[in-house]
Order: sequence, then structure tokens, then C-alpha cells
Amino acid sequence: MSSSVSITLTQCSRTFAGGNTALQPLDLHVNAGETLVLLGPSGCGKTTTLRIISGLESPDKGGQVLFGERDVTALPIEKRDVGMVFQNYALFPNMSVADNIAYGLKIQRLPKAEIAHRLDEVTRMVDLQGFGGRRIDALSGGQKQRVALARAIAVRPKVLLFDEPLAALDAKLRDRLRIEIGQLLRELGTTAVYVTHDQDEAMALGDRIAVMQSGRIAQLGTPQEIYHRPANAFVADFIGAVNCLEVIGTRADGGLIVPGGELVATHLQGVSSVYCRPEDIQIVPLSQADIKGKVVQSIFLGQTQRLLVDTGGASPLQIEAPSRQRWPNGTGIGLTLTPRVLFHPDKPTVTGNAKEQAYG
Amino acid sequence: MKSRLRFTLQLSFTLLVCLFMIVPVAMSVMAGLTENYFVGLESGLTLRWVNEVWQLYADTIWLSIKLAIACLLITILIGVPAAYGLLRSRRRWANAIEELLLLPVAVPGLATALALLLAYGSYREFRGSWLFILVGHVLFTLPFMVRAVLSVMQTAKLPQLEEAAASLGAGFRQRFFGVVIPNSMSGILAGALMVVTLSIGEFNITWMLHTPLTKTLPVGLADSYASMRLEIGSAYTLIFLVMVVPLLVAIQWAGKLTQQRD
Repeated sequence: MSSSVSITLTQCSRTFAGGNTALQPLDLHVNAGETLVLLGPSGCGKTTTLRIISGLESPDKGGQVLFGERDVTALPIEKRDVGMVFQNYALFPNMSVADNIAYGLKIQRLPKAEIAHRLDEVTRMVDLQGFGGRRIDALSGGQKQRVALARAIAVRPKVLLFDEPLAALDAKLRDRLRIEIGQLLRELGTTAVYVTHDQDEAMALGDRIAVMQSGRIAQLGTPQEIYHRPANAFVADFIGAVNCLEVIGTRADGGLIVPGGELVATHLQGVSSVYCRPEDIQIVPLSQADIKGKVVQSIFLGQTQRLLVDTGGASPLQIEAPSRQRWPNGTGIGLTLTPRVLFHPDKPTVTGNAKEQAYG
Repeated sequence: MKSRLRFTLQLSFTLLVCLFMIVPVAMSVMAGLTENYFVGLESGLTLRWVNEVWQLYADTIWLSIKLAIACLLITILIGVPAAYGLLRSRRRWANAIEELLLLPVAVPGLATALALLLAYGSYREFRGSWLFILVGHVLFTLPFMVRAVLSVMQTAKLPQLEEAAASLGAGFRQRFFGVVIPNSMSGILAGALMVVTLSIGEFNITWMLHTPLTKTLPVGLADSYASMRLEIGSAYTLIFLVMVVPLLVAIQWAGKLTQQRD
């Protein structure tokens, strides 16, 4: 719809009155047309980063925000040509649905016919035909967020910003709206930055994900990179479940001795521990097992079940198993792991510079 | 049985209290409409006294209305931006200013008036004009406007709405008039009715500040009670009630409107 624009943050930090540092000096580049998800626990600086991009907040002295080639650091939000969707909807209660959506268009003083045309276009995109005359307080939460979405895209912004837009909705609705937002973003091709603490949302929507921790970017990469090659233990743990196996010793042929057995992983020499995802561990007959243990608990999840297996290590291994099989507590179980699924973050520390962390 | 007895007792007590408060008002109204109060209703009903009040005191009624409207305009012009400023400023400051604003309500009206006289009494033109009284009224009513507007602003999540409006390209003026004012309307309405009612009924400050040429309705009322027949004073009261009761009903209605919005 509109020509998309890249976003570049250079050395953007943010210190609040009272000396609280919300954001360490941060470099971040969002490609034109890309959806970047800022993911992290509360207080990690993701919302502050979004607000700096939007212009609702300014970076500390020395920080710079570029939209394409244009320096927008000094511009307030109303001059930045962004569309923003808020967690609490922030719809105008004194206006109807149609007036809410058309608000930005009226501010731009577009001709009446053009406003009507765009109103029609966006209400169709968010599936709200026939709701134009409704009062805001007569809408459900999901409908409110659709109105907010329509209001943001109606002005054809260069950049779309989402501040936890689905956090206030219930699980089913959240899944549906997430899919719809994903389709919409692909359709529009607008550069988008999306803040969330929900890893499923991040995986589904992000072309790339920036995982943030205490005011820094812990890792920046595609969902696949983040999930399969987490840069450190924090990222590995935040995105999905992860097992950590202590390495007790190394055999002459390169095998790693871990509690309950040994593993072949030539690419992981000299490490003190190796990591793997629960779904990457296969259950095999005891005679073919690399690692042996005892089931201490099984948690039924519907599609699958999660087994906790004690192998004699510090904490039990988490394993994903088919849900119809029965694993009474105390049953012996054999496990195998291919070298491919084992990983170890190169440096288990968090680093601030995004470019250093970026893969590919 | 027991609860029934309790109910009866409560009801009779309530009715008694109501009677205690309503009877004097009703008597006063009746006094304004009877030919001769000391003879009683047998002397007949008349509008003569109401008419006489109008002859004698019409200018005080007009002045009161003029004052109330001027006072309303000024409290809106000052009070709404002030409430908005308090909303946006830091808490410590805001609290101090809010308390300061309440001072003219807490201090006896006579003291406020005396202070005004001491400060501005020597400017003869100003002192003799109705504007002098207006200053007193604004001082007294402004806190009511600010508080009513501020409380609505605080529940309306205005900062978020403003951020949304700004993200859609609205500058400060557009946000203030297109988002802040419409979403504070119920507060402004409640404040406005309060200000008009208080201004029309204000006596303490006005009594000190008025001159023979700038008498308001309540001052005229005191005057008539002191120097006229009882029937005239009562008829005057009747006119006052006719002006103020609809306003009080409207305040109730505005209050309900505000609650529905939340």
C-alpha cells in the first residue's frame, strides 16, 4: 500500500528520572517491509524501544533514530507517519467505530470521498463491515482491537507499531487475531515492529525476533535461529523448554559422558554442558539407548505428553512423547539424541550489541 | 414481625426528618403567596407579592444571572486547562496546587472578601463595578470546576487516548479539542451546574463586596427580609427556588450521566 521504510536505531539508550536505566545503548536495524518482534519478559526494555521508535519517548543524548535516510530523532510521534496499536486499545469512547477509524484521515484533511473509500477498504480488511455506527463500549475486546488495527492502517503509515496488542484477550481469540494480523502484515508489506512477551506470537509473526533481557538485545535472528541456535542460556530458556545435560567427562573417541549415559557430539568438544529441546529426544528400546533413566512424572498435554526422566543429573530431563502411550512412574526408559540436535551457546553471557549477535 | 416493626420505625423517623426540613420551605413559599401571612390562608392567595418583588428587585435577579454566566465562562476557561495541567503534572506539585485551590472554600467568605477589599478596594472604578463581585465568585467556585473536571479526566485514561491521537498525526490543539475536551464533557457539565448554582446562591463574599448599585439576589433577599414585609421576603425566596431547583435536578442528572460513562 505505501512504500515501506527501514528503521535504524543507533546508540539509543534511555535513562529515567531517578537513574533507572531502561535501555542500554542499543543498535538495531529493521529492514524495509520486515516484521521485527521485540520479545522478552516485563522490564526488559522492549516497550521502551518501541516508544523510542514511535517518538513517544526520546532516546538519551547521543541516540539517533532513522526512518530510511531521514533522521526523525527530534520529531514527535505525530510527525513520524507511524500507525500504532496499543494493548488497551486506546479507542476514543466519544466517537463511533467509523469515526475512530477515520480520525487520522480527518486529521490529514483528506477529501470526503477518499475518507469513505479508505474506511470501506480497511473495515473490509479487518472484517468489521456493518459495525461503523456502533458505539465503542458496545464492542467485544477482539472487535475493539480490530477497530484499533483498522484505525492504525487507515492512514497508510510508513511504519506499524504494536505494543502487546493481544495481551488483554483470551487465548482462543488471541490465536485467531494473531493469524489475522500476520496475514494483514504480509498483505500490506509495511515495516512493522511488534512487542510481545508471548513466544508463540513472536514465532508466528516475526520475520526476525530480537530477544531482550535487562535493557539489551540478547539475540537477534530468525525464529528458526533463535529456537535452534540460541545465543545463550537465557534465550534458550525463554524460547520454549530446554534441557541442560552436564558433561561429566570425555572419552578417548570424543564421546561426552553425561548422567545416565554418553553422547556423540564432535562439534561440542570441551564444553561443560550441552543443551537440547524436549521434542528432539527420541524414545528407543533400552538396548539401543544412549542414555537411560526412570520416568518420575508424566504430564498429559492433550496432543502430547511431557515426561520427566531422572537420569541421575541435577534436574530431570524433559521429553516429549506421544500422548497415547502410558508411562507409569518408575518405568525405565531409553533415550537417544542425534548430534545435530545438541547445542551449546558459544558464550553464555548477554551482550549488548545487536550486530555482533546477528546471524546471517 | 420484628423486622416489620423496625421498618415502620425507620420509615416514621425518615418522614419526620423530611417534614422537619420541608415544612419551613413550604411555609415560606406559602407565605409568599398569601394575601396576609398573619391572617393565614383565609386571606386568600395572590401573586401580588411576587409581582412587587419583581418591581423592586428585578435588577438584582438580572445581575445574579449575569454574574453566574460570566463566572461560568471564566471557570471553564481557567478551570479546564488547569485540571488538564494538574493531570499531566507530577503528583507532588499537583497535590499542593489542588490544596491551594481549595483555600477559598475553606476560608470564610467574609475573610476572602475582606482580603479583596484590602487589596483592590482603592481602585474605585473596579470596586464599584459588578466585576469586583465576579472576582470573588470565581475564587469561590473555581475549585469546584477543577475538581469535577479532574476526576473525570483521571478516569478517562486521557494520556493513552492522547498518545493514540498523536500517533494518527494529531497535534496538541487537535488532541486537546478533539480528544481531551469531548472525553471530559461530563465533568465540565457537572462542574458548570455546580458553579452556576453556587454563584447564584453566594452570599458571604457578595454581601461584603456589593455596593447599593451592585446587589445580587441573595443580598437583595437579606435586604428585603430586613426592611420589607415578610410576604415580600417569602415571595423573593419563591423566585430564588424557581431559579435554583431546576439546576439542582440537572446536577443530579449530570452526575448519573458521569457514572454511566465509567
